[in-house]
Amino acid sequence: MKFERYGIGIAKGMTVTMRNLLRRRITTQYPEQKLTVSRRTRGNELVWNKEKCTGCATCAKTCPQGVIHIVTSVGEENNYNVEVFEVDTGYCISCGLCVEACPYDALFMAYAFELAKYRRSELVLSRDDMLIENKQASAYFRPEVDKDLPEQELLINRKE
Amino acid sequence: MVGPNITVDALRHLAPVAPDWPGNEWWHWLVFTVILIVFILVMVIIFIYLERRIIAWFAARIGPNRTGPFGFFQNIAAALKLLLKEGVNPTNADILIFWLAPIVNFAPVIAVFAVVPFQNGALLADLNVGILFVIAIGSISTIGVFMAGWSSGNKYSMLGAMRMIAAVVSYEIPVVLALAGVVVLAGSLSLNDIVIAQERVPFIVLQPLGFLLLFVGGCAEINRSPFDLMEADSELVAGFHTEYSGIKWAMFFLGEFGEMVVMSTLIATLFLGGWQGPGLPPWLWLLIKIFIVDFIMIWTRATLPRVRIDQLMALAWKFMFPLALVNLIITAIQVLAWPDALPLYVIPINWAITVVLVLLGSKLFKLGWGRVEV
Ligand code: SF4
Ligand code: SF4
Repeated sequence: MKFERYGIGIAKGMTVTMRNLLRRRITTQYPEQKLTVSRRTRGNELVWNKEKCTGCATCAKTCPQGVIHIVTSVGEENNYNVEVFEVDTGYCISCGLCVEACPYDALFMAYAFELAKYRRSELVLSRDDMLIENKQASAYFRPEVDKDLPEQELLINRKE
Repeated sequence: MVGPNITVDALRHLAPVAPDWPGNEWWHWLVFTVILIVFILVMVIIFIYLERRIIAWFAARIGPNRTGPFGFFQNIAAALKLLLKEGVNPTNADILIFWLAPIVNFAPVIAVFAVVPFQNGALLADLNVGILFVIAIGSISTIGVFMAGWSSGNKYSMLGAMRMIAAVVSYEIPVVLALAGVVVLAGSLSLNDIVIAQERVPFIVLQPLGFLLLFVGGCAEINRSPFDLMEADSELVAGFHTEYSGIKWAMFFLGEFGEMVVMSTLIATLFLGGWQGPGLPPWLWLLIKIFIVDFIMIWTRATLPRVRIDQLMALAWKFMFPLALVNLIITAIQVLAWPDALPLYVIPINWAITVVLVLLGSKLFKLGWGRVEV
């Protein structure tokens, strides 16, 4: 006998919705309340380590959007000096391929997301905008950063 | 031969009888009518607000909370937006009827409240045919729907209107039969007398089946989910009011929620004991009961998925109609057996009958001559 046909199914459904009514609201009121973003996320920014970068331009070649612009000059010790390192985040799709491709672990994703600007030109990050000294690097594809991060709770499991 | 032979005395008999204004003053009637209309409009706004807020809660969201305290003025903002929108008239529309339809749809909602008692005797017109008036006036809304569908000059609006009328007419029958059960119990058609008759126990206790039928049928009649497939916002384009925009559309929207207010009020009055209740003032009791019914309606809307059109019709004709008939007959027999007042031990009997009938009805309920698996 299928009891679902005798109104039991309806009663079950009603209890499910009632439980949801009594649950904590999942919505956050964005400008006032902010969720803590996962520190392993791919944000809208890149973070660049000036010391480690050799100017090999692997990242620029990997970028499917072609938005990384690198100009180098030959230095004294048979090395490259990175003169220009620009990322047009207006075209960046935050795919993270540049980070994965960098052979010297010099490029990181960041987890900033509130990056709306009034002009397109402001979206272009120059080298000084991306210095790792001023920015928090995301642990995406960088296990050595991940090591030092605290465990983060999933949003859905958050209690308060 | 009448004429010169009529005496002054006879003429005096022909003089019109003073109408039965409340408080015997004509301006009382005017003032209370205005108060009532304002009350209904405010109720509609509160209902729309509650609907949005509570539906949001059911979805673990917050709902409108920006405009005014707790987002209460969100609806007023929405109404202003609708008023400022352009009212588009289709080329093929029958303009006069096109304009009249929203009014015909909304006006009955207000008229119904004339017979709803807020306290013993506190009603605009204590008609001795109260329920009949409610049913008759309430059905006029459907004509507004048909006018809207027809005058839009659009076959899809027309189809939407026909879909809606088919459903409303089908569900009118179990609803009216359920109401008849109440009338038999109370021995009066006047809503005030029906509320007084519930002094001992509200009729929901005496007649659970009638309540169930009225609630389900009422939800179907006012197009509440899960029976809202006449306009099914997520799958069809609005049905009969496809061509409406701006203030005319707002009238339909008001009418829809106004009907919800009416249905909640009716259920509260007929089955939950209306203004009866201990402690609080009577009008407050009525309001509380109205909001309880409203909450349950929103709850079912948040829970149940929309039914198919054949399921809708089958539910009306194969499930609710026979049950309503049986309910009416059983009530009549009980009232005949105990003409003065029903003894309290009929309550468990009636609940048992309800459970058995619902189980039996569900067991025998088939769609498409049993070929379609539900
Ligand atoms: S994240 Fe992707 S799109 Fe953005 S710069 Fe790196 S490779 Fe290019
Ligand atoms: S791939 Fe790494 S090391 Fe090479 S240029 Fe890009 S950031 Fe510098």
